[in-house]
Amino acid sequence: MKYVDEYRDEAEARRYLDAIASMVTRPWTIMEICGGQTHTFIKFGIDELLPPEIELVHGPGCPVCVTPLEMIERAIAIARHPDVIFTSFGDMMRVPGSDADLLTVKAQGGDVRMVYSPLDAVALAQANPDRQVVFFAVGFETTAPANALAVREAKLRGLDNFSILTSHVLVPPAMEAILGAPDNRVQGFLAAGHVCAVMGYWEYGPIADKYETPVVVTGFEPLDLLQGTYMVVRALEEGRFGVENQYTRAVTLEGNAPAQQLLAEVFTTVDRPWRGIGTIPLSGYDLRSEYEDFDAVRRFDVEAIAPPENEICIAGEIMRGLKKPHDCPAFGTTCSPEHPLGAPMVSSEGACAAYYQYGRAV
Amino acid sequence: MTDIDVAGLGACPIPISDYPNVLLAHGGGGSLSQMLVDTMFAPTFDNEWLGQLHDGAVIDIDARRLAVSTDSFVIHPLFFPGGDIGSLAVHGTVNDIAMCGATPTAITVGLVIEEGLPMEDLWRIVSSIKTAADQAGVSVITGDTKVVDRGKGDGIFINTTGIGIVDDGVDISPARMEIGDVVLVSGTIADHGIAIMSVREGLEFETALESDSASLHGLVRTILAVGGSGVHVLRDPTRGGVASATNEIAQSGGLGIRLREADLPLSDPVRAACEILGFDPLYVANEGKCLAIVDAAVADDVLSAMQDHPLGKDAAAIGTVVDDHHGRVFLTSRIGGNRVVDMISGEQLPRIC
Repeated sequence: MKYVDEYRDEAEARRYLDAIASMVTRPWTIMEICGGQTHTFIKFGIDELLPPEIELVHGPGCPVCVTPLEMIERAIAIARHPDVIFTSFGDMMRVPGSDADLLTVKAQGGDVRMVYSPLDAVALAQANPDRQVVFFAVGFETTAPANALAVREAKLRGLDNFSILTSHVLVPPAMEAILGAPDNRVQGFLAAGHVCAVMGYWEYGPIADKYETPVVVTGFEPLDLLQGTYMVVRALEEGRFGVENQYTRAVTLEGNAPAQQLLAEVFTTVDRPWRGIGTIPLSGYDLRSEYEDFDAVRRFDVEAIAPPENEICIAGEIMRGLKKPHDCPAFGTTCSPEHPLGAPMVSSEGACAAYYQYGRAV
Repeated sequence: MTDIDVAGLGACPIPISDYPNVLLAHGGGGSLSQMLVDTMFAPTFDNEWLGQLHDGAVIDIDARRLAVSTDSFVIHPLFFPGGDIGSLAVHGTVNDIAMCGATPTAITVGLVIEEGLPMEDLWRIVSSIKTAADQAGVSVITGDTKVVDRGKGDGIFINTTGIGIVDDGVDISPARMEIGDVVLVSGTIADHGIAIMSVREGLEFETALESDSASLHGLVRTILAVGGSGVHVLRDPTRGGVASATNEIAQSGGLGIRLREADLPLSDPVRAACEILGFDPLYVANEGKCLAIVDAAVADDVLSAMQDHPLGKDAAAIGTVVDDHHGRVFLTSRIGGNRVVDMISGEQLPRIC
C-alpha cells in the first residue's frame, strides 16, 4: 500500500533514530502541535526510542480539548430541545459538561447523532424539514473548509432548519501564545501537517523568525515524525531557525487555494477562548454576517453558563507543554477514560488519553 | 404465495403469507403464535425434540462434562455482507461451546420480534438459522417467541443457548497458560466489524467487505487433534477484538502477553478501511476467528494444521506468553517500539482529521 507501509518501515526508522542519536549534543524540548501526531509517537513507541536528550511535549492540537466548557454546556442545552437533531463527530459526545455529556442527553431521549461529515448533517436537514438540525463544528483549519462548504450548501438549498455551533480554532496564534509565554520551554516545533495541507505554511515564517525557533511541517506516519524530529534537531544543533517542510507529499507553501477562498467567504477571524489556556486574539472563526442565520448561538437562545473547571485537572499546563499527563495527581486514578476530569483524557487526540491507553503511566 | 429463494433451501414459499408483517398476536401465546410455530418454526427445524412441542426438550446425553453457553444478538443492520443476525446467532453460540473444547450438540433459539417486522425478513432469518445450524451439525431443540410493540425493539433480537460435550482429557482454560506459550490466530482480523461499518449509513465502500461469521468447531477439532494437551487456551475474539480477548486471558491466567504488530494478519481492504477510519484493528470485532494459546513444542504443527483447514488458511503466530507485566498485554510496534494494548473503554470512534 502506498504511503503507509513505506512510512512504517522498521529499518528506515532505525536509521533515523541512529542519526538523531549521533547528532544530538545537548537536551532539546520539542513540541508537536497535533493530537494525531502525539498518538503516533506514543502508539508506535517512538517517544521511548528517541535518545533521552530529546524531550517531547505535547501541544494544544486537540480541538475537542480546547473547546470551552461553556460551549459544551451550550451544545448540551441545544441537544435537549425536543425538535433538534444534534449532530457531531463522535469525540465531542463524550466530553463531560457540568453534569452530563451529549451521550447522556442521547440516553435520556435527545436526538443526538454521530455523523462522518457536516454534509451528512445538511442532508439530514433537507430530509427532516420539521426538525432543527444542528452540527457541532469543532476543529482546526483542517475541518473548517468542509464546515464552510456545508453552510454554503445549506444557503444555496434555501434550508432554514440547519445551523452550526462553531468552535473553530487556528494553529499559528496558538503557537505564538505558547512561544510568547514567560514560562515557555519549547525550543522547536513540529507543525501540524494536515492543517498546513489546507493553509500552507507561509504563516509560520514570521513566527519562527520572531521567536528564533525552528518549525518543521510534519506528517503523521512514524517515519514522517522521525524525519521531522531529525530536521528540527538538526536545525537546533546547527543554531538555525526558520521553517522547513517534511510533509512535501501533501503540503505546499501556499496551501489549498480554493479551500482558503471558501473559508474567507464563510468565516471571519475572531478572538477565541481556549479551554485551559485562556483567550488568544484572532485565534478562531465565526460565521460572517451574510451567513449569520446559520449560527446556532443566534438561533437558540440558551444561557451561556460557564461551569467551574475541575480544580485538579491540569489540562492547560499539559497542552502548553509545561507538564506531562503523568505529572497530574489524578492521572490513572480519579481521572481515566471511564470517568474523565477533563477533555484530554476523553478525546482520541488528547495527550492524556494517549498516555493512558498506551501505558505511559510512570 | 410469494416464493423466496433462500440459499440451500430452494424456492420455498414464505409460510403465513397472509400476514406480511409480524403482529403482536404472533407473540401472544394464542392461535397466531401456534400458527407461527406450526407453519414456520417446526417444519424448518424439524427434529424429534422440537417435534414434541413441549415446554422444554429432554435430550439424552452421555457426558460427564457438559459445556453450556448463552449469547444474545442485537446487531444492526439485520442483514449484512457475509451473513445476518440469524447465522450470527448460531455461529456465535456454537463457537463459544467450541472454545470450551466441546463438540456442540444442540441450541435453543429465543426470538424477541418487533411488531411490524416484515414476515419475509423473519423467514429469511429463520432459514438462515436453519442453514447455519445444519452446517454446524447442531439441532434447534427448543425455542421461544415474543413480540413487542413497534418502537420497542430493533427489528428482532435473538438469544441462543448451546450445549456441547467436552471430551475426556480436554482441559482448556487460561489457568493452563505457561510462559513461552505461542499465541496463534486462525486468520485475518477485523473483517466482521469493518464489514458491518461498511453498510452502516454514510459509509459506502466500493470494495465488497464481508463478515467472517462462521462456525469454528471443525477447526477447533483439528487444533485439539494435533496439539493435544499442548493446547492451553482457546478464545474467539468477538466484540472488543483481539485486544480485549487477550487482555481477558492475561488477567485470568495471571501472566503477560506480548503481541507483534508486524505479524498480525490483515486483509488489504480491511487494513485500508481501518486506516481511513482511524480504527485500530486489534479492537475490531471478529466472528469467525479463534485464538489458540499453545505450548511452544506443538506450535509449529498446530499452525500448519490450521493453515491446511479451509477456515484457517491465513493463520499466523502473533505473540508469546511472557513472565512480565502479569495480567497485561503489550505490543512490539512495526518499527520496534513498545506500547500497552489496553482494554478499550467504550466504542472506538472514527478519526476526525
